[in-house]
Amino acid sequence: MQTSTMTDVMRPPSPAEPGAGVYSNKLGMWVFLASDVMFFTALIGSYIVLRFGMASQWAQPGAVLNVPLTGLNTFLLICSSVSMVKAYAAIADGKKYFLRKVPGKRLQDGGLKFWLLITIICGAGFVSVQLVEYIKLVGEGFTPSGYREGSLLAEHALADPVKYGAGVAGMYGSTFFTMTGFHGFHVTCGVISMLYLYFTKVLPEKYSPQDYRGIEVIGLYWHFVDLVWIILFTIVYLI
Amino acid sequence: MRWWLPDAGSTFAGPIDTLFLAILIITGIALVVVEVGLVTFVIRYRGRPGRKAFYTHGSTRAEVIWTAIPAVTMVALGLISNHYWVLIKDKKSVPPNAYHLGVHAKQFEWQVTYPGPDGKLGTADDFTVRNQLHVIVNQPVAVELTSEDVIHSFFVPEWRLKQDAVPGMHITAWFQATKTGEFELGCAELCGMGHYKMRARVFVHTPDEYKAWVAQQAAGGTE
Amino acid sequence: MTSVAHARPEAHGDAQHAPMSFWRKYIFSTDHKIIGIQFLFVSLFFLLVGGLLAMQIRWQLGFPGTPMPGGGILPETMAVNRVILPEYYVQLVSMHGTFMVFFAIMPLLVGVYANFLIPLKIGAHDMAFPRINMASFWLALLAGLIMTASFFVPNGPIRSGWTNYAPLAARPDLSGVTVGQMLWCVSIVVLGLSSVLGSLNYITTVINHRAPGMTWFRMPLSVWALFITAILGVLALPVLQGAAIMLLFDNVLGTHFFDPVAGGQALLWQHLFWFFGHPEVYILILPAMGMVSDIIANGSRKPIFGYHSMVFAIIGIAFLGWIVWGHHMFMSGMNPTLGSTFMVSTLLIAVPSAIKVFNWLGTMWRGNLRFHVPMLNAIGFVSMFTIGGLSGIFMAATPVDIPLHDTQFIVAHIHYVLFGGSLFALFAAITYWYPKMFGRMMSERIGKVHFWLTFVFYNLTFFPMHIIGMGGQMRRIYDPTIYTFLKPQQPLNVFISYAAFALFAVQFLFAFNFLWSLKFGKKAPMNPWEDNGMEWSLPNPAPHGNWDRTPNVYRGPYEFSAPEAGDKDYLPQYTKLPTDRDPVPAPLPAGGH
Repeated sequence: MQTSTMTDVMRPPSPAEPGAGVYSNKLGMWVFLASDVMFFTALIGSYIVLRFGMASQWAQPGAVLNVPLTGLNTFLLICSSVSMVKAYAAIADGKKYFLRKVPGKRLQDGGLKFWLLITIICGAGFVSVQLVEYIKLVGEGFTPSGYREGSLLAEHALADPVKYGAGVAGMYGSTFFTMTGFHGFHVTCGVISMLYLYFTKVLPEKYSPQDYRGIEVIGLYWHFVDLVWIILFTIVYLI
Repeated sequence: MRWWLPDAGSTFAGPIDTLFLAILIITGIALVVVEVGLVTFVIRYRGRPGRKAFYTHGSTRAEVIWTAIPAVTMVALGLISNHYWVLIKDKKSVPPNAYHLGVHAKQFEWQVTYPGPDGKLGTADDFTVRNQLHVIVNQPVAVELTSEDVIHSFFVPEWRLKQDAVPGMHITAWFQATKTGEFELGCAELCGMGHYKMRARVFVHTPDEYKAWVAQQAAGGTE
Repeated sequence: MTSVAHARPEAHGDAQHAPMSFWRKYIFSTDHKIIGIQFLFVSLFFLLVGGLLAMQIRWQLGFPGTPMPGGGILPETMAVNRVILPEYYVQLVSMHGTFMVFFAIMPLLVGVYANFLIPLKIGAHDMAFPRINMASFWLALLAGLIMTASFFVPNGPIRSGWTNYAPLAARPDLSGVTVGQMLWCVSIVVLGLSSVLGSLNYITTVINHRAPGMTWFRMPLSVWALFITAILGVLALPVLQGAAIMLLFDNVLGTHFFDPVAGGQALLWQHLFWFFGHPEVYILILPAMGMVSDIIANGSRKPIFGYHSMVFAIIGIAFLGWIVWGHHMFMSGMNPTLGSTFMVSTLLIAVPSAIKVFNWLGTMWRGNLRFHVPMLNAIGFVSMFTIGGLSGIFMAATPVDIPLHDTQFIVAHIHYVLFGGSLFALFAAITYWYPKMFGRMMSERIGKVHFWLTFVFYNLTFFPMHIIGMGGQMRRIYDPTIYTFLKPQQPLNVFISYAAFALFAVQFLFAFNFLWSLKFGKKAPMNPWEDNGMEWSLPNPAPHGNWDRTPNVYRGPYEFSAPEAGDKDYLPQYTKLPTDRDPVPAPLPAGGH
């Protein structure tokens, strides 16, 4: 039997040969993220080949997509990363509570329950805004196969083919929905996981400064998804 | 029944067949070394009671030798191969005097467009023939390959020529036939259920024969 | 994701005491050994399915247009009057490849032996994440069922080869396949997830759960190979998933990734597929190499020759495997300069392969060889893999590839590597670790007969394919006899078909031996092969949780005939000699994380 006690679960398993120097759940998540990097590399790489290997220009930034709204959404996701860091720091300091009055400070001090909830809300908010954006885009005629015939966008494209990249609308739709869709799927998975942790581990106060592996591991995932979004936002919306 | 590559029918066959033979000899030697070694060891060192195996973890010298020999052989093979590869497939290697034909592949036929009497593709006297490829012997021919629908592959075994026709791409493949007669053109890339019957007849003519055939076709005649 | 965060590495803790119901113990088990055995049964079944498909292919190629025996059970959409239809023939070759690569060889090597061997050989109690491991198996089974289902949907399974070249695969109007193509894509995405979950488990387990004393360079080569394979799997499968998802969207959502008519690129699919596909080739051979190394050292009663260079050869092959994918595309219209680059990297991969072959020979040199069934199959592996490796050089040299590309020569090559290589290694591995799995030995006599008959008929089947390919017979053609230049070699096709039928029939010997020995095999001793691995310190079959106390490891895995072994000719990793000191557990790092 391994001699794991409550105090060393955040450390590599012992006694054993020196491994990666991190506990297995964290190592497993790192490996999973490496695999996810390859997944997004396949999608983003294809996008780059399809877009820049082509003679005709794609729609100009902002012509079809709502950049300010998504910019705001990006900000929301970055905020969620910050609150995730706060949640992590809170439990590392043993703050299991929601909010607590600290003497001499005007604002109440947030604990794990508070900061993880903020993260969940920001993440869910991001997905909601993305859904709204999808509905609006499809309503205007932007679909995975291009501009729907007879739609508003199809008319615009007819009037100004350069601005709307009329010739390659199909590719534009294909890549846009696939990449942002799969990113949205990742965010959704993250939110569901955090909700699960919230009700099974965080509210019952199962995490302690000695063992908060779940928070650290989901945090890694969350920051990764955030990073992918910043790349996607740049290459899909801004350029 | 043949036990070798098909008869040579183009200028590519010489170097390709020689290279094939060279690789066959190299790999043959390697194969004999390994298999003979294996059989020898199996017989010689078969287990006998009371004997103990020779306890060793390896020999750096032996390993350096059998790393270096394949490495050097492979690099040499790569250099030689690359020379002929560039000669056959590089875009710049198409001879300037090549006679251009258009070959358009679609499920499941080959449409060959001939330049007509004026010898130029893309002019009014061009004509297209289905599933028949006519070329002149000892004359470089450049095939402008395109595809209508899916990927096909232009393959004439005697010419040692294979080139995929990819939709959305315009690929030039050239060759110079050295033997007159009738051959076959097959599709080498799975292109659907009719893949197997995507076959064209290939005729290599003398210049006079070809001229006569073109004149006949241009006049609207059929063979 | 959540399960990553939750699975506890110590989940074996209480598992070995309480009696468990049949369902918990054998069906929804988290024991890595049971999961390995589950993979074994499921993938042997798919191996049989793949073999049945192959037999129909051989019938059609040997006797085109003649009624196939047993063809009467096929529906009208596949065979009319028992004669195979062209569309069904294309489906046969497509699904034979798909089943063999994704559902037979890959799970047999990785699903079965990574699961079964890694914890046993490194002295771990179980995988790092037993529940993820269980999920990995069930996802693989689900993927297999989805793939099988495509035989029963309208228009049947895919018709674009196991490689699914777009735009044929991306356009239902051109391929004639609708539901089958979607099922292929979905199945591959599910299988990819299964592989990734499995692989991250193997990687984590090897890195973090080695018993004290099991240093990196005391790991058996099988574990090294499975570890490197897992890294390839984790990085390669997601690329295939991404590509399959795009292909799926092209089929159902009306996207145009691979359709040039709307601005997509046909070659993009090939680049993505082979960027996954070539590492995949090494996923299918590296574990075989690793297990063969273990078995050859055992059969030779000698340490493996050049252990370190064997490890570096595995790493080298895995690394080079990422930069050679273009050699599948020499004729695709890809820039010829890229072709030159890919040719050089491809030829270089022959070097680590050669090192491995020569080191196996070196291991046998001056040994004291025991020809048990695993050893026979391992020797068969070395000799056949050599042919497969050498025939690869023909296609790697780009000019020579021109006449050989997409002909039966390629078919011969891949079968020399995957059947002569991987499958012989699997026959060896199944026989070798059977006692530890089921507590009984497989019949030695049937095993030897099976080996020799397989070896003979295997060569009679696949060697002539080289010649047919040189003659120019294209892959995946329904009826070679309609070509004048292929007609003369038809007798050879008939010969191959007869040999293939015999080869298939001989495999029932193996199936019989496998099933019969489950119940009637000789009871196996703890260490029947007198091997050094950690797994042989356990009773048969090993209990859930493996060891009561984490074992100590005292030496490398190949100390056969070591002088300090005394009058025995092996010295297990777990044996403590009076001169051995217990390994010092790794010091805990100062920080928590």
